[in-house]
Amino acid sequence: MSNKPRDKRMSIDEVVATLEDGMTIGIGGWGPRRKPMALVRAILRSDLKDLTIVSWGGADVGLLARAGKIRKLIYAFVSLDSVPLEPNFGKARQEKSIPEIVELDEGMFQTGLLAASQRLPFLPLRAGLGSDVLVHNPQIVTITSPYADSDGAFEDLVAMPALNLDVALVHLNRADRHGNATYLGPDPYFDDLFAMAADRTYVSCEQVVDTAGLTVDTPVQRLLLNRMMVTGVVETPNGAHFTTCTPDYERDEKFQKAYAAAAKDDTAWAAFEERFLSGDEAAYQSAVADFHAQEETK
Amino acid sequence: MSDATRAEVCAAAIADAFKDDGEIFGSPMGMLPMLGVRLAKLTSNPDLVLSDGESLFLGGVPPLFAKADVVEGWIPFRRVFEVVAYGKRHVMMGATQVDRHGNQNISAIGDFAQPKRQLLGSRGAPGNTVNNRTSYWVPKHSDRVFVEEVDIVSGVGPKRAREAGVGAAKFNDIHRIVTNLAVFDVLGADDTVRLLSVHPGVTVDDVVAATGFELQIEGDVPETRTPTAEELLIIREVLDPKNLRDREVPPVEAVAS
Repeated sequence: MSNKPRDKRMSIDEVVATLEDGMTIGIGGWGPRRKPMALVRAILRSDLKDLTIVSWGGADVGLLARAGKIRKLIYAFVSLDSVPLEPNFGKARQEKSIPEIVELDEGMFQTGLLAASQRLPFLPLRAGLGSDVLVHNPQIVTITSPYADSDGAFEDLVAMPALNLDVALVHLNRADRHGNATYLGPDPYFDDLFAMAADRTYVSCEQVVDTAGLTVDTPVQRLLLNRMMVTGVVETPNGAHFTTCTPDYERDEKFQKAYAAAAKDDTAWAAFEERFLSGDEAAYQSAVADFHAQEETK
Repeated sequence: MSDATRAEVCAAAIADAFKDDGEIFGSPMGMLPMLGVRLAKLTSNPDLVLSDGESLFLGGVPPLFAKADVVEGWIPFRRVFEVVAYGKRHVMMGATQVDRHGNQNISAIGDFAQPKRQLLGSRGAPGNTVNNRTSYWVPKHSDRVFVEEVDIVSGVGPKRAREAGVGAAKFNDIHRIVTNLAVFDVLGADDTVRLLSVHPGVTVDDVVAATGFELQIEGDVPETRTPTAEELLIIREVLDPKNLRDREVPPVEAVAS
């Protein structure tokens, strides 16, 4: 018998097979940065429906919205950065095709994940007070501090409810087979909070390495996820494409531009889907390689 | 007589919004705010803390969009939210709409349930405006931006903050609104937008005509100051040698022709 922790390696399809209709799924990364896009593409290929998606939104939200997978969306923004407005998200909002919308302030979003990660029903914060975020989310209430401030006033604060997740999907640069994982880019984003807010977390990564390899060329502080937080590990090279996965690769701006352009027109979108999203992950990566080969010869 | 362009006047006005901030995080959203904040750091407020807009605090003051610089700290997004709650920050955000009471909208245009045009979402505007000093930058002043009432309140003006209670009001601090035409604050009667100065070449009537609500205007409105020779040198030779600023605020002659 092995004295090592469990081997949690899985395939993309095995991860998606564990998901169910109606689940609340948190998607890590930030806007168009280090998103678990290979896992998102696999959800697109599946029959899953009526999902609640919790995301610092980018093309993950755009793609799932366009495919009609989202029943409820919880977000603070949706953006592609270099393309400021996500066209598929915009279309979904303007056509009211997502039945339930929960737009939060960014700090509220973070605090909701923090509450869930600490198994608290809520955490107080100032953000949201006075804004329409509270008007449009009457389920989020305020709470009066039991302690007076220095002027003797009792502050009302937002009681941000825990954003509890059934599943978190995140993408990191490196992981071992047990679920310890490092980010190598500039920002951890909130992937550890997503993992701790969820009943189960699946981490996709650029490369699975030996545990010793995780810290051989990078400081230990970059170990964002420990294996207690992780259910499954998937090796998906280029799995964050077309978002950033610094330093392994930067955003594929050309491809993102083609994505955004296609989203604006039904015929162009059908062609984009056929070309890039109708096969498995290997087919996607090969279609992307073809796309760049064509761009080169232009 | 200064030969400063409109964009350069705006950059100096933005810099002035940050001059009395002391040692806090100057957080510009967009190009002219980035130029103005860096100008402030090189002139009136060397204690300002700047970032690369991604995850690094910069030790120096690099030109717009330059990468290389001394790093003096780490500011990933999670720590931005910590600084927001800590309060030592002055953010200058964009605004798709601003209303008479200094409320701001970047979320969507139209009805929230089914907007005519979906924008970014509320982002950090609700939290910024009840936690730390907040200013707005509007590169194209018009009555489509300056409306009687915003469609969706993302950024909270002082009146709404006061009505929401002491928790919302105690750190609400809407400092300046700078546009391509003029400079404002929100210290008018009943917490309304007040005209502080008009840029050289702009009349008060121009500003009134381009604003969709009644502005508070007190006596003779002064002209926005023109940048000093030192500021012009810094803008033109150091911070923005490629003249990107004119893309956001075109020279006035070019607009007229």
